[in-house]
Amino acid sequence: MSAPRSLLRALAAVALAFAASVVVLSASGAHPLPALTALVAGAAGDRFALTDTVLKTCPLLLTGLAVALAFRCGFWNIGAEGQLLVGALAATTVGGAAHAAPFPLPVLAALAGAAAAGALWAAIAALLRIARGVNEIVATIMLNFIAARVLGWAVHGPLMEAAARYPQSDPVPATALLPVIAGRVHAGVLLAVALAVVVWFLLFRTVIGFGWRAVGDNPRAARVAGLSPARALLTAVLASGALAGLAGGVEVLGVTGRLFEQFSGGQGYTAIAVALLGRLHPGGVAVAALFFGALAAGSGAMQRVAGVSAVFVAIIQAGTLLALIAIEARPHAQDESAAAKSLSDGVATP
Amino acid sequence: MTAADLLSLATTTIALATPLLLAALGELIAERAGILNIGIEGLMLTGAFAGMVGSYATGSPSMGMVTACVAALGLGAVFALWVVTLDVDQVVAGVAVNLLAVGLTGVLYRALFGTTGNALTVAAYAPLAIAPDVALLAPLRQPAPVYPAFALVPLVWLLLFRTRIGLRLRAAGEAPQIAESVGVNVVAVRYAAVLVGALLAGAAGGYLSLAYSNTFVEGMSAGRGFIALAVVVFGRWTPLGVLAGSLLFGAASAAQFQLQAAGVAVPYHVLLMLPYVLTLLVLALASRAARGPAALAQRRSVGAATD
Repeated sequence: MSAPRSLLRALAAVALAFAASVVVLSASGAHPLPALTALVAGAAGDRFALTDTVLKTCPLLLTGLAVALAFRCGFWNIGAEGQLLVGALAATTVGGAAHAAPFPLPVLAALAGAAAAGALWAAIAALLRIARGVNEIVATIMLNFIAARVLGWAVHGPLMEAAARYPQSDPVPATALLPVIAGRVHAGVLLAVALAVVVWFLLFRTVIGFGWRAVGDNPRAARVAGLSPARALLTAVLASGALAGLAGGVEVLGVTGRLFEQFSGGQGYTAIAVALLGRLHPGGVAVAALFFGALAAGSGAMQRVAGVSAVFVAIIQAGTLLALIAIEARPHAQDESAAAKSLSDGVATP
Repeated sequence: MTAADLLSLATTTIALATPLLLAALGELIAERAGILNIGIEGLMLTGAFAGMVGSYATGSPSMGMVTACVAALGLGAVFALWVVTLDVDQVVAGVAVNLLAVGLTGVLYRALFGTTGNALTVAAYAPLAIAPDVALLAPLRQPAPVYPAFALVPLVWLLLFRTRIGLRLRAAGEAPQIAESVGVNVVAVRYAAVLVGALLAGAAGGYLSLAYSNTFVEGMSAGRGFIALAVVVFGRWTPLGVLAGSLLFGAASAAQFQLQAAGVAVPYHVLLMLPYVLTLLVLALASRAARGPAALAQRRSVGAATD
């Protein structure tokens, strides 16, 4: 399918979602126009709002790339949430341990730790699938819960702040924090954008990326062609987990500065919507992340100004997903051969 | 641990296992028909909210429970339309249903009840005095919805394994194309399975706001729907296994409360982690034959993709 048509469908889905959410708003007794105005103002009204949008976009871009990359290889990584959490945990730990080293070693070490932790966490699900045929959807959801408990244990236990007042870590030492580019915008944003380019290059310009996509499209054909589906799967999932882990690391080192229990707020799940709306293409994922990031930034303002619950944006997200998959639904198509095809279908080529 | 502690542990275990049992039995029925409903978390949240609204409006927890089931059925019908008729990806549709439920319940709660900060309480189920008032039988005195929940275990078993409908349902989950070719209406079977599953998830949610508590808070399902998914896997797609899994997860959460009350702070996160770790282990160690319906989460148009 051509790229313009694919883009058109995504835009149509967003438009439908907005239309449906306006209906819900009206039905709930709110006035849609002031609410949506507040939403837009909160996302792009001034410098502060734009900064918010950029900051909210960053982790969604990284987790969205993570999910898209794994989906491309036919691996349903529902575990970006858990990988993000262990990444944040590792970044906090490593950043604290390495803070005395000269710049930029502490922050690099913390980011590397985050990526490694996310990759290893995701690898559990990949190995379970490869070695034991365990469904990765269930496995990654389980791993999300385990990660949340590990984080909860850490901030109540070994990582708890010295004052021991709240279940949160001490602030990460300043030497391990991401440098600031402008205002509140940190260097992690540049890293995320750079990684989007890297993922695009890997997917569409390298042999390894070709292997990932081939295995995702049709594992049997890939094997016949001499590719090892298991190896492709494992490398793709490691890369995917590393990206999601980095999202957690960047969030700790660039925004929150410390770890606490409700650290993520479900960004790893929103990432699934980001990846799908972005047609599993790094460029599309970047646009979708910006869209959802803007929604997240605007929702707070909408709640303050118009009194509409900030979770309203979840309706827009859900509506976008439902509209998108409905537009692309082709009931009773008989010409497809692998489950992954349904995903890669309709995805723009580079 | 004293005998009184154990009895209170048993009481809490049953109370915490009930919503998991209801939701997981519903998910079991859907999954046996080949539909993986990740949206069960959202259906439960919808049930919890609608149950509270129903009880608030009528003053009757039973009417609240009916409202909970009807609301979850409505959202379940949306899910069914997408995954059965439109034949879209079940995971994506499930994720969307969860998001939709979070958004709808949040917006409607704020619209209906504002943000006064006062906890809104509604008429709820009280424990039934069906057992003699002796300490030993205290765990048997539970709110009314608990009893039908446990009674459903043999009923679902009978339905799945001893009726023609159950045979067709399992055929739709194992080999939909073949089932279709021998005259099973896979679309109808899957619709029915998803809707029954949604109804039970709604009841599980209603239990949360009308029996386990007497109020609704945003995000009240708190991951219990996802736990129900784990319970189904842990129980290897059988009603008895689902019962065992629900009780295990319920007991782990109950033990956590007791440890917390006893002032033991750290291990409770570890304890909460155990059921999930156990589920992964069960999955890893189970023979490949005990891995659930062959066509689970596959679109009809795509067919069985084997790796």
